Amino acid sequence: MFDIAIQASGITKWFGEGEAKTVAVSDASFEARYGEMLYLVGPSGSGKTTLLSIISGILKPDAGNVLVDGSNLWNMTPNQLADFRLNRMGFVFQDYHLFSRLTTVENIAIPLILKKVNWDLAIKTALGYLEVVGLKDKANLPPVKLSGGEQQRVAIARAMVSQPDILVLDEPTASLDGETGREIVQFVKSHTLNEKRCIIIVTHDNRILEFADAIMHMEDGKITGTQRTVNEK
Amino acid sequence: MPGLLKIAFKLLINDKGKFAALLVGITFAVFLMVMMMSMFSGILARSSAAVLNVGAKVWVMDPAVNNVNSSIPLPDTVLDMARSINGVKYAVPVYFGGALVKLRSGSYQAVSVIGLDDATLYGRPALIEGKIEDIFAENAFLVVKDAEFKKLENPKIGNEFEINDHRGKIVGIAKVQATGIFGVPTLYTTYSRAITYIPSSRFTTSFVLIEPKNEMDIPYIQLQIHKLGYEALTRDQFINKISDFYKYQTGLGINVMLMTIISFIVGLSISGQTFYTFVLENLEKFGALKAMGAKGSELVSMILFQVTFTSLMGYGLGVGLATMMMLFARFRLPDYAAQVTYTNLAFALGMVLIIAAFSSYISVRKVLQIEPFDIFRG
Repeated sequence: MFDIAIQASGITKWFGEGEAKTVAVSDASFEARYGEMLYLVGPSGSGKTTLLSIISGILKPDAGNVLVDGSNLWNMTPNQLADFRLNRMGFVFQDYHLFSRLTTVENIAIPLILKKVNWDLAIKTALGYLEVVGLKDKANLPPVKLSGGEQQRVAIARAMVSQPDILVLDEPTASLDGETGREIVQFVKSHTLNEKRCIIIVTHDNRILEFADAIMHMEDGKITGTQRTVNEK
Repeated sequence: MPGLLKIAFKLLINDKGKFAALLVGITFAVFLMVMMMSMFSGILARSSAAVLNVGAKVWVMDPAVNNVNSSIPLPDTVLDMARSINGVKYAVPVYFGGALVKLRSGSYQAVSVIGLDDATLYGRPALIEGKIEDIFAENAFLVVKDAEFKKLENPKIGNEFEINDHRGKIVGIAKVQATGIFGVPTLYTTYSRAITYIPSSRFTTSFVLIEPKNEMDIPYIQLQIHKLGYEALTRDQFINKISDFYKYQTGLGINVMLMTIISFIVGLSISGQTFYTFVLENLEKFGALKAMGAKGSELVSMILFQVTFTSLMGYGLGVGLATMMMLFARFRLPDYAAQVTYTNLAFALGMVLIIAAFSSYISVRKVLQIEPFDIFRG
């Protein structure tokens, strides 16, 4: 029996009104488990990012439920949702969204600062994570001085620093060359995945599929199939 | 400082270009506003200099009089009737006039002449040189040592001059609380000498000065004077009347107000637009913070902190710059009329807070509208 991190059922989301109404996600149901790296794959416009936003508590669905540890995410108030994202989720955005006016270590410390951790302690903890991603010597540089791969590592360290249960990566290899992309995903799997954590990666990069424990295919807003490489018990 | 505000602070000051533009905008606006209002305050303060310097508690005048220099002479009966009112301890005449003085060098200088009641010398200035009783000597005048003093060629006790074909002699050098508005030196003499030396109309009393027996008697005195068809004003009321005249009847107040409003609009536009651009450039980052779990109120507090910090810093710099400018001007021009008052500072602060509120409002609206989903969507 696997511990289920997220259980989504009947998720539907559309954008626009009247004739411009477009269905982004249609009746999507799936589960993400602790201890596995789940890939959401599909062509551009297939609804991957929309589904990811819905299960992360960022975008409200028009229909369906998202259960996290038995609680329906979308019954929460906006502040409860913010707390949920802060305490349970870690995000690695496609464009990293690092603050160029802050140092690398300050960028990593942001989730802790949001959790009201004392500044010095937050920086000290962030330094530890910076060491994990191998960039301790660049702690006081602004992110713009780092390479794309290094910025990705900083973004991963920032997502990890608050020790989330669910780690979400949106197109983590989109702006990296093949080798660096593989290194990054391998690094994520080896350093962050454990039996108490679930990692969800949105990608259309076939070169990193080998690291997946489960792959969920999407097309035209629908889940067309899920394959798990880990045997079900 | 809470960590989130520390991040806001670093985001602000590390963007040196924007931060400098914001500071320049607010500093410039505050500088202009403070300069305008201070100059106006200085002019208003000087316009009431004679009232302050004479220091009488109640001034009786024709109701049409709106400043000391345009007094309408009062008949002697007003003085007699004022003396007969219950509650009046004493009432004395005072003369205010202007004359041309011919100096020893042969040049002419306009002066303001104040004639004090011969019996009491009520309203006399404090002397820094000479004895007050010498004012009763032949041709005696006191000269006020203020910013205009040098225009009389820095006279000393014993120096003589010519005033309307009469000989005048300096018997004392006085100091007063405030310098006049028109940039002319001031001479004090006795009432009788003043009306003798300076051509006058049929009536010679410029104002009747009243010392009430008690402060409580003033309303009754004012009522009785009003029944005579004249006006009795306390010192503060007279100062306010003079201020209102300069504010509303000379165009001076409207011009200063317009300049102040223009300064405010300049500050508002520069600061509002620059801060809005600053927020727009960081909008995705605010969205990312929101996605990570920052609440709307926390993002608002970051923006408010940034705007407040910049505004207060700009305010301080603007006030400092204006003060330095005034000190420099006063160093070069001793009779430069500008004064920074608490009211001016409070008004400028109020204007800066409005600028800050406007900048915050448009920025906060934008930040609250950003959807974290837009960050994912790219």
